[in-house]
Amino acid sequence: MEALANNLQVLFQGLALGSIYALVALGFVLIIRATNVVNFAQGDFAMLGAYAMVLFLVGLPGNADLGIPGFETGVPYWLAIILSVVVMTLIGLAFNYGVYYPLRNRSFLPVLISTLGASIFLQNTILAIFNPQPRPLEKLLSSDGVTIGGVFLDSQYLVILVFTVCAVAFQYFFFEHTLLGKKLQATSQDKDMARLLGIPVALMIAITFIYSSVLGGMAGILIAPILFVSIGMGSIIALKAFAATIIGGFGDVAGAIVGGIIIGVIESFAAYYISVPYKDAYAFLALFLVLLFRPQGIFGEKVSEKA
Amino acid sequence: MNEAAVKNAAPARAQNNVAGLLVLALAAIALPLIPFVLPVSDYVLNIFMNSITYAMAVLGMVVVLGYTGQINLAQAAFFGFGAYAVALGTLTYGMHFWVSFALGLVVAAVAGLVLGLTTLRLGGHYLAMITISFQQIFDLIIVNWIDLTHGPDGIAGIEPPSLFGFHLTDKRAYLVFCAVVLYLLIWFVWWLPSTRLGRAMRAVRDNELAAETIGVHTLRTKVIAFTMSAVLGGIGGAFYAAGFSYISPDNFNFARSVEFLTMVLLGGAQSPFGAALGTVLLILLPEWLRFLKNIYLAIYGISVILIMVFMPEGIWGLLRNSWNKVRKPRPLAVESVPALALDIKLEHSTPMLKLENLQKHFGGLKAVDGIDLEVAPGTVHALIGPNGSGKTTSLNVVNGIYKPTAGKIALDGIDVTNLKPHDRAGLGMGRTFQNIRLFQSMTALENVMVGAQRENNPIESGREALTQRAMAALQFVGIADRAHIVVRSLPYGTQRLVEIARALAGYPKLLLLDEPGAGLNQSEKQELVGLLKRLRGHGLTIFLIDHDMGVVEKVSDKITVLNFGKKIAEGTPQDVLRHPDVIAAYLGEAPASGTA
Repeated sequence: MEALANNLQVLFQGLALGSIYALVALGFVLIIRATNVVNFAQGDFAMLGAYAMVLFLVGLPGNADLGIPGFETGVPYWLAIILSVVVMTLIGLAFNYGVYYPLRNRSFLPVLISTLGASIFLQNTILAIFNPQPRPLEKLLSSDGVTIGGVFLDSQYLVILVFTVCAVAFQYFFFEHTLLGKKLQATSQDKDMARLLGIPVALMIAITFIYSSVLGGMAGILIAPILFVSIGMGSIIALKAFAATIIGGFGDVAGAIVGGIIIGVIESFAAYYISVPYKDAYAFLALFLVLLFRPQGIFGEKVSEKA
Repeated sequence: MNEAAVKNAAPARAQNNVAGLLVLALAAIALPLIPFVLPVSDYVLNIFMNSITYAMAVLGMVVVLGYTGQINLAQAAFFGFGAYAVALGTLTYGMHFWVSFALGLVVAAVAGLVLGLTTLRLGGHYLAMITISFQQIFDLIIVNWIDLTHGPDGIAGIEPPSLFGFHLTDKRAYLVFCAVVLYLLIWFVWWLPSTRLGRAMRAVRDNELAAETIGVHTLRTKVIAFTMSAVLGGIGGAFYAAGFSYISPDNFNFARSVEFLTMVLLGGAQSPFGAALGTVLLILLPEWLRFLKNIYLAIYGISVILIMVFMPEGIWGLLRNSWNKVRKPRPLAVESVPALALDIKLEHSTPMLKLENLQKHFGGLKAVDGIDLEVAPGTVHALIGPNGSGKTTSLNVVNGIYKPTAGKIALDGIDVTNLKPHDRAGLGMGRTFQNIRLFQSMTALENVMVGAQRENNPIESGREALTQRAMAALQFVGIADRAHIVVRSLPYGTQRLVEIARALAGYPKLLLLDEPGAGLNQSEKQELVGLLKRLRGHGLTIFLIDHDMGVVEKVSDKITVLNFGKKIAEGTPQDVLRHPDVIAAYLGEAPASGTA
């Protein structure tokens, strides 16, 4: 009985963690579909979202070397979230024009490397502004959680699950039932045709970057109370989210969500039953196996290059 | 007048080249000797040491990324294999330095081989991800397997090796030794592109599908590239460990891999000199940017983006491009080019190509739906049909790019149904593409040489024969005088000819042409018809697809017509083009009264 409760507890954590990966993976997939490029700074969007929360909820420590004064803030949690989303919108826009747009006509490799450069830049800028020390962040709800049948459900984990379900539902509605969503889909399927139909492709791609940035930022905001806010938090989330997109099927929206959740659950169980220090390795191991036996992923179709 | 000028200019340029090389060589010799002459601090010696050992690892990036076009974000892991092998081998297991060194290289090579094998199925982003995963797992292991690796504390007290009984304890002497090794490696990496393997690597980088189709074993090429890269990384790491006598996991993490990547991109991924330059610059940069303090790395991140935007070929690329502008292209003596031999010995006389009940389905779509076809030796056989009738799909199946759903393909009596495209090329199947697939950054000659170096090509071995064969093929299509021009800057019509020459150089038994007339103007089409007739005159068997009935009618001995994946007619041009089903397929059904 207790073993069952323990397993359910681990499963619950895995689902919540997996939801975070799924959110970041969704951002990955949207950018892949729109631009055919993997954004290696996607995880840093999560890190930036979390630091934006620190900025609005707590303040800045200040950095005398750079002449940045320290100050304290303390806006309400809901307002901090809104302000952070605004910040993420601006970052997404800047990212589009600074990192992707100048290289849009080149092959994937320069763009990929450019996003790696952006990742280094973002991490070290934040490092200079805040200090390297990881920071705690309070939970959204004041309650710690509830216990049902011997299984403790952490309030933040519940928040994550609820948000993810809502985000997925919203995204489905947005892409399938709004004109803007259809234009975004058209852009991702065939840029030239979309352009001929009068869809402003550059704007659509900018919107995609903004949306991905906000999605990543929300993932960071939600996971921050659990993980501590740190400079490197985004990198490891991004690697797992990217593994999720491959496991689910490269460029497949449903695949990203399922893949994220699979990785979260594997990681939780492996950490509980096998070894904690190596918990990050299991996601990669799962990835290796999928690539070996079903490289197109769960939902992906086999594609061959056209001659 | 012109010729005289050229003759005079050539030795002058050669002198310039020699002078330039001499200066470079002198600087290279002088640099590691500086510490013997001038008093330098340990700190400066360490910067030297760092540059030299990192440059070795960055050379590996030139091979894998610059030449072969495969992204590798695990170079620091290979660097780590070398370093930990030397550290653990000499200190924990008390082995000789060079034994540990060799073991480290073997381990790195095996890891590189395994990583290279994943490129069988994965390229691009997948490969980036796989190499990152590999790097992360390596990192986790060296941090957490404390019994073996001493974990985050690292390993101290690694001694430099001895050489021929001479112990390299003097840091300056060890430095000179490492510099010599580095120069040898630079020379090797510089020489590589002009070899068969090097050309194959660059072909894979520029157009993997075309490379595979004309006979390059692309998987093997990529695996070798990864293995070489890993070994170069391992060599760098081993000398790094002995040079600094202390190593810890943060020398070998993902950030270091990104640093290696940045170094090679900054310097110029296509050149070993560029790689060395980029390495030195990026090691010195933090020294120069010291005043920026902790925002240095942020600036570094921005410079990566700026390099990608403004210097796609790195600093060396900029230097070389401006040098190329000054330099005049050397005119070629095309009179001495031999005639192109095309009369290949056949195993079985008939038929050259035989398709039996060939099928290719994509899900529910039957693109090719049971075709039987025979191409007789020495004939030009055309495959025509309206758009979407399955022509290009048929060609892709014949050539091995697609696996058939069912059916059998035989080339010269040999069953090739289950062979890879490069193996089919090795048996004498040449091909061109509808949308030209050349190796854009290579010269016309190099493109054609890749075609000539297919397996079993019945020409003499050696570089000279290969060049001769390629020149003969270029001469045959009439563009030998442009052999040394980079394909990218040739006009469209000429590129088509390069592609045909590339296929011819491989001594094909059967030449597959996928819409050779597409995009050509009328006079170019006339020339194409002339070329195809000449090829037929040489007895070459050709199987071609084209839309242009004018071209098809003039050159074909036999025509097969496809519609909806099925054969609807076959025969001589005169018969087939008057066949009612063919007219119906192209122009729609005739009205009922017309058929009555």
